[in-house]
Amino acid sequence: MSDALSKGEVTSTELTQKHLDRIADVDPAVKAFLHVDAEGALAQAARVDADRSSGKKLHPLAGVPLALKDVLTQEGIPTTAGSKILQGWKPQYDSTVVSKIKDAGIVILGKTNMDEFAMGSSTENSAYGPTFNPWDLARTPGGSSGGSAAAVSAYEAPLAIGSDTGGSIRQPAALTGIVGVRPTYGAVSRYGLIAYSSSLDQAGPFGRTVLDTALLHDVMAGHDPKDATSINAEFPDVVAAARKCDVKGMKIGVIKQLQGEGYQNGVQARFDESLQVLASLGAEIVQVDCPSFEYALAAYYLIAPSECSSNLARFDAMRYGLRTGDGDGASAEAVMNATRNAGFGHEVKRRIILGTYALSSGYYDAYYGSAQKIRTLIIQDYAKAFAQADVLVSPTAPTTAFKIGEKSDDPIAMYLGDVATIPVNLAGICGMSLPAGLADEDNLPVGFQIMAPAMQDARLYQVGSALEAALVSQWGGHLISKAPALGGSK
Amino acid sequence: MSSLSRDDVAKLAALARIEMSEEELVSLASQFGMILDAVARVQDVDLDGVAPTSHPQPIRNVFREDVVHPSLTPAQALSGAPAQEEQRFRVPQILGEAE
Repeated sequence: MSDALSKGEVTSTELTQKHLDRIADVDPAVKAFLHVDAEGALAQAARVDADRSSGKKLHPLAGVPLALKDVLTQEGIPTTAGSKILQGWKPQYDSTVVSKIKDAGIVILGKTNMDEFAMGSSTENSAYGPTFNPWDLARTPGGSSGGSAAAVSAYEAPLAIGSDTGGSIRQPAALTGIVGVRPTYGAVSRYGLIAYSSSLDQAGPFGRTVLDTALLHDVMAGHDPKDATSINAEFPDVVAAARKCDVKGMKIGVIKQLQGEGYQNGVQARFDESLQVLASLGAEIVQVDCPSFEYALAAYYLIAPSECSSNLARFDAMRYGLRTGDGDGASAEAVMNATRNAGFGHEVKRRIILGTYALSSGYYDAYYGSAQKIRTLIIQDYAKAFAQADVLVSPTAPTTAFKIGEKSDDPIAMYLGDVATIPVNLAGICGMSLPAGLADEDNLPVGFQIMAPAMQDARLYQVGSALEAALVSQWGGHLISKAPALGGSK
Repeated sequence: MSSLSRDDVAKLAALARIEMSEEELVSLASQFGMILDAVARVQDVDLDGVAPTSHPQPIRNVFREDVVHPSLTPAQALSGAPAQEEQRFRVPQILGEAE
């Protein structure tokens, strides 16, 4: 797309209009978008076209359309984080990620659906209804960035941005057959990213290929003085790494704890085959042991709710967002109580209550305190494992896409879906999911996860590009081309 | 098996400033035992002498120059307010009992 634009074979306006038409065509069935900004998108496309014809030097992604998760603020565009409590709110400022993609000339098509405040693994927790998986509309696209993943998978957008607190980019990428990356914590600014769990949250790119994803990653990453946790250092060249396609001599560590029991047969089979492919390309496969990972899920479901119970205290009905129960001399506290009841959905309430409990005096040491120590053990497990291998790998999710409603009444079953992605967040390192094929039993996409140490994001792209090139030549095309057709006219 | 009563949940909900229906209190209390059992696994590990991690990065104080940057106008800042009066956020009564 970038090539066709720079050669003048297509204009950004044409490309943008084509994607807006596709959205009009298939989104009534997929429901990936909460808000489509056709006017803003076409205006940005026209600006890029004018710049291009005047000979201005442009970014390779200038004029390419993108879908933005509704958790990032964009000035003047409704931003809800999938919650009723922010219905109708229009941010007064751009998040740093949005400023960067606008500066690169990328065209924002609209805001995508998500689990409310990114709490969930299926997009079913959105206050605005679920998103449907383009591979099978009876199934979820995963979550919480399910809208962004579904938009890319359904050809509604070639690129998208999501956020990943416990796997919310990698898991939906796996379930929809595309590429998704959670960058190193601190590599992408969190300024304007509506907070769920501040020590775990990180925005990142989705694409249909490893190189597309790298180009977007490169635009998003960088130091930002507006985010005190943003890393101030030289960032690795992920685009060059994505062009390398070479794993000769690299050591790839398979994490013993993240496979086998609990993983669907077809998921395990595609994972094992991908390992063989990497070995045949000259990588050395080693087994690594991460015993503390067994406790990662429990630690995550204490740390994230604890941080969220504090972060979501800002939704107090005073300065923005919903306010209910005002008038007749109602006190501020009564208005807060009523508004937070009306504005938050079940899962958000459940996590706020759990976090309030874990942080309350008398329970703090036993729950939150223990979880923080488990976090240290997980970091130590990774350090030992990365001493034996350049990257670590596992299946991204234990199963393929599940049916809508299948797990919504069983929070524990839903939480288990994040078992392989959560350790990355707890340690603040980076991870990628890329398509590994279709599971035999249900013909649905399987994700292969690659993990690398903090600030070694380039390794993800180097290994990912090599595996992708080998698999695509084996399949005779990208996995996404095997997805069933959607919509009437196309 | 851990458990939490309906009244325990009501107390937590009050602390979290969320008014909850009777039905919600009861259903959350019934799920809580299961969730607490799952997360209580963090207590199965010997954690003596392990330092807690609150953040994935070695954080130091981050300073910036104390310079004035342009910021929101009052109209922009108030644009999302549920209620406003005289260029200020209007909030419900915060002191004393309601009449």
